[in-house]
Amino acid sequence: MRRLAVARLDREFVEALSHEKGEPAWMREHRLRCLSMFEKLPMPKFGPDLSDLDLHDLTYYARPVEPVSRWEDLPEEIRKTFQALGLPEAEQKALAGVGAQVDSEEVYRSLLEDLRKKGVIFTSMDRAVREYPWVREHFMKVIPPEDNKFAALHGAVWSGGTCIWVPEGVEVEVPLQAYYRMQTEGAGQFEHTLIIAEPGSSLHYIEGCSAPRYSRLSLHAGMVEIIAKEGARVRFTTIQNWSKNVYNLNNKRAWAYAGASVDWVSGSLGSRVTMLYPTTVLAGKGARTENLSFTFAQEGMWLDTGARAIHRAPDTAARLVSRSVVQGKAVSVFRGTVHVGPEARGAKAHMECSTLLLSPEAKTDTIPILRTENDEVELGHEATVGRVSQEQLFYLMSRGLDESQALSLLVNGFVSPILKEIPLEYAVELRRLLEMSFERATG
Amino acid sequence: MSVLEVRDLHVQVGDKLILQRVTFSLERGKIHALMGPNGSGKSSLALALAGHADYKVVRGEARLDGQDLFALPPHERARAGLLLAFQYPPEVEGVKLREFLRLACGARGLGFCEFQKHFPQALARLSLTDFRDRELNVGFSGGEKKRTELLQLHLLRPKVAILDEPDSGVDVDALRLIAGVIEEMAEWGTTILLISHYPRLLELLPVFRVHVLLGGTIVEEGGPELARRIEEEGFEGVRG
Repeated sequence: MRRLAVARLDREFVEALSHEKGEPAWMREHRLRCLSMFEKLPMPKFGPDLSDLDLHDLTYYARPVEPVSRWEDLPEEIRKTFQALGLPEAEQKALAGVGAQVDSEEVYRSLLEDLRKKGVIFTSMDRAVREYPWVREHFMKVIPPEDNKFAALHGAVWSGGTCIWVPEGVEVEVPLQAYYRMQTEGAGQFEHTLIIAEPGSSLHYIEGCSAPRYSRLSLHAGMVEIIAKEGARVRFTTIQNWSKNVYNLNNKRAWAYAGASVDWVSGSLGSRVTMLYPTTVLAGKGARTENLSFTFAQEGMWLDTGARAIHRAPDTAARLVSRSVVQGKAVSVFRGTVHVGPEARGAKAHMECSTLLLSPEAKTDTIPILRTENDEVELGHEATVGRVSQEQLFYLMSRGLDESQALSLLVNGFVSPILKEIPLEYAVELRRLLEMSFERATG
Repeated sequence: MSVLEVRDLHVQVGDKLILQRVTFSLERGKIHALMGPNGSGKSSLALALAGHADYKVVRGEARLDGQDLFALPPHERARAGLLLAFQYPPEVEGVKLREFLRLACGARGLGFCEFQKHFPQALARLSLTDFRDRELNVGFSGGEKKRTELLQLHLLRPKVAILDEPDSGVDVDALRLIAGVIEEMAEWGTTILLISHYPRLLELLPVFRVHVLLGGTIVEEGGPELARRIEEEGFEGVRG
């Protein structure tokens, strides 16, 4: 196994990583610039406590598995993991393309021949950096390293991920999917996803994430950049079920041109700490975004999520919806930001956040910020926090449902506005995870 | 032969004793009426039997086919065969009627295939076909809620069905429909305890026995003629 463990995250390591990958000089320079930015920037001044995370005690690069083009050729342990996740089966039935990554590198990738013929590019980010010169114009332009410390860290040590380019007018009707697995104890994962949808094109991309439970803390700091050109439609769905030793600190941002639409659907079920605030910059007239977030914070977890819509053009629209469920001693925070610039006349934005607390120790906070610099806007905001209604629980139990069945039905009902936007296989899986956790809690 | 026997039941809500010395029994497959003015304790009796946590049984017992009901949590009472149609069923957002009843049927031991077969029939019988994928009770009118409660019991076929005012707020046509369904359930062998303070539904049904609850205790029992006397003389007039 290739493993570049570092006692110090420094120039020498970053240069070795770039060399290992055989990258062009511009990327090596980019990494080094990001590293010096990382050293200068402060830790986030809000949200969860990150003091347990020792950034100098991580394996920044691990390649436990060689890439293959057939699932059968993967080592048994890894193959079984992906089989248990249903990935090869889903590929047959419901997906147009699949990428699978273990730790730092991709191990498997496929794309339907039909899409290849139409010119769709669906490849590993590393390969795209080596093969397509245009990548340089876009890489970390939507999210520059100056943005925050973890964006800079990502820029210095990123590895793996997916690059997608959909040609003008091509509609990818069946979803493309990537699966990220953190396998090696103490290894971080820093995949980079760049999606460029040319005018009038469309795609749905799904990410799944998981890891086995280790006692050592680990870091996932991925980055997603989406460019949706005129009239393009992009939907990005992430379901993360990281184990409870993972710090999941991500940056996701989209740039939507005139008439384009970008939808983020995020399900956060795992990790020790998550910080995730998918953002859409509505840069062209009539661009729109939807941001649907579901979090399920369980014992010991802090899920700090949010959504941001930046209106920079007339007649842009945003809808931010969040459903949070908090069980045991856990924290869920939702930060929703809508910022309407002076030029964005006729902008509309609606934010709706609801939280369901399942235990007395559960904590939640909703932090909405709606700011406008012009008067011709329609902004709305609703927030609710509630506990499970005893009347509803008794009603369901009086029909023969036991407490865990009744609870999971009520929670499913509560999150249904989000669940119905999630692909069926994932919705079924989410329900199963919810039921399991209630059986544990009430059993 | 009796299917449900209640003996010397005392029930408290908070510090207040709201039912005392309640004793009655239900004959298998028969329709019983429980009558009484507002606040006499009819709904409290129903909720105590179904196992609502606010209604604390301080004395007495209830046996369903010999099984001690008060030893069971609410869902096991339902599984044992006692179901309550609520007077005010709560709205349950995001939970579809179909999805809920599939689970409830599973809990009563009905398989998926049986559910697939009976559910459309039950919906049609209660004129609720359009409600299949609606969220449970959400935005339903008073009458629609009553019919949905009856739909559930019709499908789940309990040993004992307690119907808490299935007739309040429903129009004449719906009243006939409800009476027809109740009679059908009794014919299948379900014992009915019908709570009402209006005689108009009772007149449509072959009532076997009437129990009158006043001030938290059973004050009078009799045949269907008792319901007619109550209509003429009021509850105070029949006090035994």
